[in-house]
Order: sequence, then structure tokens, then C-alpha cells
Amino acid sequence: MQVSMTVNDEVVTETVEGRMLLVHFLRDRLRLTGTHWGCDTSNCGTCVVQLDGEPVKSCTVLAAMASGHSVRTVEGLEVDHLLDPVQQGFIECHGLQCGFCTPGMLMTARALLDRDPDPSEATIREAISGQICRCTGYTSIIRSIQWAAAHAHEHPTSDEPTDATS
Amino acid sequence: MTTIEDVPPPALVDNDQHPVGYGRMLRKEDPRFVRGLGTFCDDLQLPGMLHLAILRSPVAHARITHIDVTAAEAHPKVKAVVTGADLAKRGLAWMTTLADDVQAVLATDKVRYQGQEVAFVVAEDHYSARDALELIFVDYDMLDPVIDLRTALDPGAPVVRDEIEGKADNHGFDWETGDAAATSAVFKDAEVTVTQDLVFPRVHPAPMETCGAVADFDRVSGKLTMWSTTQAPHAHRTLYAIVAGIPEHKIRVISPDVGGGFGNKVPIYPGYVCAIVGSIVTGKPVKWMEDRTENLVSTAFARDYIMRGEIAATRDGRILAIRSNVLADLGAFNGTAAPLKYPAGFFGVFTGSYDIEAAHCAVTAAYTNKAPGGVAYSCSFRIAEAVYLVERMVDRLASELDIDPVELRMKNFIQPEQFPYTTKTGWVYDSGNYPGAMNEALRIAGYDDLRAEQVVRRERGELMGIGVSFFTEAVGAGPRKDMDILGLGMADGCELRIHPTGKAVVRISVQSQGQGHETTYAQIIAEEIGISPADIDVVHGDTDNTPFGLGTYGSRSTPVSGAAAALVARKVRDKAKIIASGMLEVSVADLEWRKGAFHVKGDPGTSVTIQDIAMRAYGSGDLPEGLEGGLEAQICYNPENLTYPFGAYICVVDIDPGTAKVVVRRFIAVDDCGTRINDMIIEGQVHGGLTDGIGIALMEYIGFDEEGNCLNGSLMDYLIPTSLEVPHWETSHTVTPSPHHPIGAKGVGESATVGSPPAIVNAVVDALKPFGVQHVDMPCTPSRVWEAMQGRARPPM
Repeated sequence: MQVSMTVNDEVVTETVEGRMLLVHFLRDRLRLTGTHWGCDTSNCGTCVVQLDGEPVKSCTVLAAMASGHSVRTVEGLEVDHLLDPVQQGFIECHGLQCGFCTPGMLMTARALLDRDPDPSEATIREAISGQICRCTGYTSIIRSIQWAAAHAHEHPTSDEPTDATS
Repeated sequence: MTTIEDVPPPALVDNDQHPVGYGRMLRKEDPRFVRGLGTFCDDLQLPGMLHLAILRSPVAHARITHIDVTAAEAHPKVKAVVTGADLAKRGLAWMTTLADDVQAVLATDKVRYQGQEVAFVVAEDHYSARDALELIFVDYDMLDPVIDLRTALDPGAPVVRDEIEGKADNHGFDWETGDAAATSAVFKDAEVTVTQDLVFPRVHPAPMETCGAVADFDRVSGKLTMWSTTQAPHAHRTLYAIVAGIPEHKIRVISPDVGGGFGNKVPIYPGYVCAIVGSIVTGKPVKWMEDRTENLVSTAFARDYIMRGEIAATRDGRILAIRSNVLADLGAFNGTAAPLKYPAGFFGVFTGSYDIEAAHCAVTAAYTNKAPGGVAYSCSFRIAEAVYLVERMVDRLASELDIDPVELRMKNFIQPEQFPYTTKTGWVYDSGNYPGAMNEALRIAGYDDLRAEQVVRRERGELMGIGVSFFTEAVGAGPRKDMDILGLGMADGCELRIHPTGKAVVRISVQSQGQGHETTYAQIIAEEIGISPADIDVVHGDTDNTPFGLGTYGSRSTPVSGAAAALVARKVRDKAKIIASGMLEVSVADLEWRKGAFHVKGDPGTSVTIQDIAMRAYGSGDLPEGLEGGLEAQICYNPENLTYPFGAYICVVDIDPGTAKVVVRRFIAVDDCGTRINDMIIEGQVHGGLTDGIGIALMEYIGFDEEGNCLNGSLMDYLIPTSLEVPHWETSHTVTPSPHHPIGAKGVGESATVGSPPAIVNAVVDALKPFGVQHVDMPCTPSRVWEAMQGRARPPM
């Protein structure tokens, strides 16, 4: 069957099997491998993307169900070589270690801050509670999202985070 | 729960993020990960790549009588179907495990655990490979399974390993350490003895990325390139050479970005070998990635020790001796990944942090119809089990003697002046200041206030518990004279090259699964040679481009490979000094090093920087007589001893009297890992380990029914802590450098996973004191805690 959707502001049209999951569509067809896959049961949240602005687990969405909708993945967070504050926050506050859960966490964080620019710690914990991180113990992820909230209107002045790469 | 809002936010921006050496520094890895541009194994897409899926046994113990693959082979997108019989023709049906046992790659005679590999399919795409698995028909002749470890060694039990000639029982090995007679003598005369049975149940590391590989065998050159989720690429290469018979120089193992390991990615799994065979058979690159259930039911589990602990003491609280007897579950094959002379890992450190007179331990291991493994999940080779045993026993003794558990520990600690300290089981602890760490934890916790609060809450009928644990780890395996894996010594190489413009590349033998090696190794080199970490590239995880070494596990990177990095930098610096002496026309003895430059003694204004020296080393100017050009070096570091990090942990829990749900309200962790390279990364490692501890103590559990069905084969049943189950971590540290490590560092990756479970269980038992509860086995789920409150506590298996 043919599906057509907007992914990171670009319209894509592909022919897929009806059973193809959105996560596999993004990863295998569009080669957007920032979205990960980590379980069979929609528990881990490494596959979270935004569907029409709402965070969803792309392993529980068929590509066909996303047809006609707008999908944003981690690759779509950076705009004009400027990192989104949530991306910068995760760097600043050590919100990641192995980096595998990170894209899903970032997409959830972005959606959270879009609807609640100044979330409480409890709200952040609730928002990311459908996603598992095995490395960080969550405290630094929460700090990262708080950093992003506090720096919502600041734009990094360069492409790269200078601390890490200069 | 203490919240982040209660705690002053850390200074996040105005700190030392540009250290030339140690200090807080943002990670060099992060810019790619936050963009989704990491390259994990499953992200690889090679031209013509095929996909492999494995058919697994649905039952725990059965003889395979027939396999019909004709329908699968007829699937239009299937390129190959391979069974154990096919592998047997190539001599590949069995492979050596890291413990020098053998394990079936694909079952030939019978299946020995649910989830065991039976056949594999290679197809054009992942979905088709999975479809074709359903077209393979296997006839199983059911056998009685061996599930209960306690009866596995009974006469007449079904024999799991009947392929071993003459094998008539399920006995795996016996191992003991310490002095049995001396320990018995102390117990016989002791004023007080306490005995407690403890189960450290089977758990699973469950990294977020499952295991997988892409094998690409080039039939023209005969070279195999193997991208795989391995924590030990060099060891894997050597073992593939031995198992598959491919010459070692024709094998390149690449460990790309790895999504967490925790020990799960140390062994060689049948799936890796299947991917290699699949590529050889089809002539195409072949990808194999587990699904989550495959990861949980078939790859390396951890723990699974049934322990009896005994402790002897004087009535006034002087600990005299500790004894333990352990029954260990190997699963169907001994896949333990530990130095070969240590079949029970480093369980021998079960005497903990205490100065005692005698100790003895005996371990018996048995085969059962369960998945193989045993050493995984950040245990530092079974030190998690050892620390759990001793720290629960000390708490049991404190309860028996009615002494505060902190006071009892303080009274029995090995004192700072006693280091190096040789334990009664022969381990030489390098350095420590145990009272210092404990006092820091007490200070942060406000221990006396917590105890006072507990009195008030108990009067109100509330169940508040305070748990303490103190651990000493033995990490950094290890000295070649004692430690090897299948004959491979546990030393690590390092190569450092300074480029003409003064930038550098360091090639390390270990790899990272999130530890941040690209950052910390740059910092180690920077500290020694004065080049900014930003100007140092760290190459790791590729056997063609890095020196040999045994990999990242058992918290061994910093103790072994980190030492190699420091020493190779010093070797380069020694050569730089000779070049500098020529450039400044003074003798080497007249030069002094200040980070980044050599200065003439007494004339500090006259100097050359390491960058100046590098350009001279490759340039056209004269070099001192007899000196080769270039500025690079390599070494192989053989540690003279392990390092012994330690820490004091305090946990505060509240238990709902109505539901028996345990909530961790506070957790205070004071770690001492010696010299600290990057505080931010260390704190992150500790946070992660503490979260593991909450999982292990409260919810994570791999169980089986009596037929051997795994009951926790998905993340719906294998529960991992989320953001809602963990508190805001309160961490601090003390610094007691290792005397023998070149930079005094000790390793910290597993400290918190090792140290935290007993603190949590001690807190749970403390909370249940009004019920007279002396012990609750992990996981302390609401149902298990409720049973304990009703006086019906029972072991989990």
C-alpha cells in the first residue's frame, strides 16, 4: 500500500506492507536511524517520535496509520544548525550515557515543553515515565529538561556545543 | 521523596568544562547522540545486506527428533536455512564459552533451555526472515526439566549435559577459599553466631539495545568484518579465530556505538556465530538483531546464587569470622565470563570491609535447564553477591546484638593505617579510609535525625526503614600471573601519536557502552601531556585500529586501560623531553615539565611547548643524536594488583502498611574511586548503578515455572525502574588514591550496582522490625513484603 506523510517537514511517499510499523518505516525506509527500537511490548520508549506534535511510541503505530499526518523525529529537532534547547540541555547536564534512549527522551521532552514551558519535577518524571533509561538514573535527564526550560529563548551561537568539540 | 527542587541546582555552566586534564568536562560523544547520529549495530545498512532470524526452542528440555525446513526454504525471500546438523558438518555446532565449557550454537541432540537456538533463516528482509521461522517444523521428544536448583544435584535428577561422556549428574564445579578449619574453630568458641539463608535471584542486565551483529565475509580476500554489540572486541576476534578457524588477521571486529552493556555483551552468543555462518553461506553481509524477548530469555543472566551466610562475633560486637556456602545455578552451559581461575568470580571478597580473624567459603555449581550466563549486570565478577552476603549478615548481627548497624560497622572496619590489607581469603586491598566515607554518608543523611524521625513514625504506625551498606570492590582484572580468559592475559595496550601540529590520537584497547571513553581518555592524556582534550581523538572498538586488550567490563577500563593511557603519555613525554633538550640546547636534567611545556630550570621564560616539540619531531630540523623522528609510543600495561574502590550507602524507605509497597525516599551514596578524572561522568555512573540497585532489590527478577518456562521474558514482566521509582540521588565522595595505579584511579562503573541492593534490603528489613522480620529476599515486591509482614516470608525460588 502507498503511504504519504510529512516527516521532519518533508513530504515522503512510499509503498509499504500494511503491517509495517512506523519505527521500521522511519529506520529502514527513510534511513532515519536516530529513532531506536528496544522492546517488543511498547515498554521502553526508545522509539518515541512526535505524531502531529504528540509523543507516540512508533513501534505501536503502523506506517499506514501515520499516512496523512506529520511526524517529527530526533533528526528534525535541530533547525538551521542550531540545536534545540533540549538537545543542548542533555549535553550540558549529562542527560545521556550510551545514547540509546536519548532520541525518545528528547522527543518527549520537546513535546512536554511545548505544552508546559516550566514543568515541575513531578511533571517531568511523569512525562518520561513511559521510557526506560538504563544508564542515568533519570536525575540528570530531569536536570537536562529543566535546563532546556530555563534556556528556552536562548539560541546557541554555533552549530556545535563549544564545550565538547572546540 | 526528596525532590530536585529541595536541592541547590548544580553549577551547570560556569564550571571547569575546559580542563586540560581532570575535571568536569562535557562529553565529546554527545553531539552525535543528541542528533540521533550515533551508529548502533542495527543502524548499519550495507549494500546487499540480508537479515537473519533465529528459531528458538519453546521448551526447556527435549530431544530433537526431526526438523523440517522445506517450507521455509521455499519462501521466496529466503536465502538460507541452517540447522544444527548443517553446522555440525562444518564443525561449528558447538563453541567454547568464556568459562572453557562448550555451548551449542544450534542444538543438534536436544534443547536444554527455553529460548535455545535451534535453526536460523537468512532472508531479504527482517519481516520475511521472521515469517519463515514459522515455516520450520521441529519435533520435540519432551524430557523432564531440571528447574529447581536445590534438587538439581539429587541422585536420579535428569541429566542436562548428557552429551559429556560419562556425565551422570548435573554437577558443575566445586570451589572454595579461605581456611575451613580455622573458621570452624572460631565459630565453635564464638559468643554469638548468626546464620541466615539468602537468595540473590536471577536478574538480567537488559541493556536498552539488545545484542546483535552484522557479519560481512569477503570470499575473495577471506576477510571477515564483524560489527557487533561486544564489550570485548579483541577477545571476540581471538575466539572467532579459534572457534571458526578463520585466521586472526583476517578477522576485524568492530564494536560501534553500543547501547549499554552492563556485562550482557561480554560473551560470544550463538547469534554472532550464526551471523558469520550466514554471511559465509550467502556471500552477503548478514544482520542479526535480537528482539527483547530473545535478549531476556537467552543471553547472559546474572546472580542466581542460593547462599547460606554465617557470622561469628563477640557479644560486644567484634566480628570474628564469616562463612558462606553457595549453590550456584549455571544454567545449561557454564557461560561465566570471569578470569578462569575464579569460577565463582571474585566472590572471595565476601569478607567485605572488615578486619576479621577467619573466613571460609565453598561454592558448588550445578547445571539446570535454564539459559546460561552467570557473570553479568555490573557485578564486578560476583562481588555484588559477596557484598550482599556480608552486608546482610552484618545487619543480621547488629539486630541480634541490638547494636546500631553503623556502630557495628565502624567498630569492625579495616582501619586506614592497615592498608595494604591482606584479607583472610588472600585479597590485598590497596588503600582505603572506610570511616571517612561512612562519616560523610552519615553527615549527608543526617543519620541521627533520621533515627529520631523513625521513632516518631513508628509510634504513628508508619513503616520507615533506614538501611546502611558499606562495600569494598576488587576491580581492574587483572594481573597476568593470576588472571586470564581462555588463556588471554588481562593486560591492555595503548598507542599514542602526537601529530606534527600538536594534535593527538590515542588508540585504546577497551571500548565504550556509554562510559564516555572518548572524553575521559582524552582527559587522561591531556593531564599527562598538556594537550587540550578537545585536540585529542580517542579511537576505540575496532580491532584493526586499536591495540590488543580484553575489553570493558568488571569496571576494568580505568584501572587497566586508563593506566595504559597515562603511561603511554609519559613515554611520549620522555621522548619529547629529549627533543626539547636539543631545541633549547640544555641537558635533559636541566628541564622541568609544567603541563604542556618543558622549561629550563632557573630560567622559566625559556621553554618549548609540546606543540613546538611535535613539529620538531616530524620536521626537518636536527634531532638529538640517535633519536628517531616522530612523536608516538605504545605500551601494554599489566596491572600489579586490582584496585579496591569502596563506598558508604544509606537508604531510607517508606513501606505502605496497607499495600506493602516499598518507596525509596532517599538514597545517599558516598563513593571513593581514588583519583577522579571527570566528576560529571563519575556521578552519572553512580546514578545509573543506584537505579540498577533499586531494580534488583525491588522489582527485577527472572523466574521460571516448573516446566522451565521463563516467566519474565518481556519488559512487561521484567520490571525496570522508571523515573517514578527512583528518588533524587544524593551523592558525594572521598578520595583515597590507589598507591599502585599510575594516576591513583580505581574504577567506579559498577560500585553502585554492587553496593546498593543490600542498603535497600537492609532498609526494608529495618522498616519491618515491628513485625519481627529478620529477612526478606529480593525482589522486595509488595506481595513478598506483605508475606513477610504476615510471618510467611519465603525465598523467591
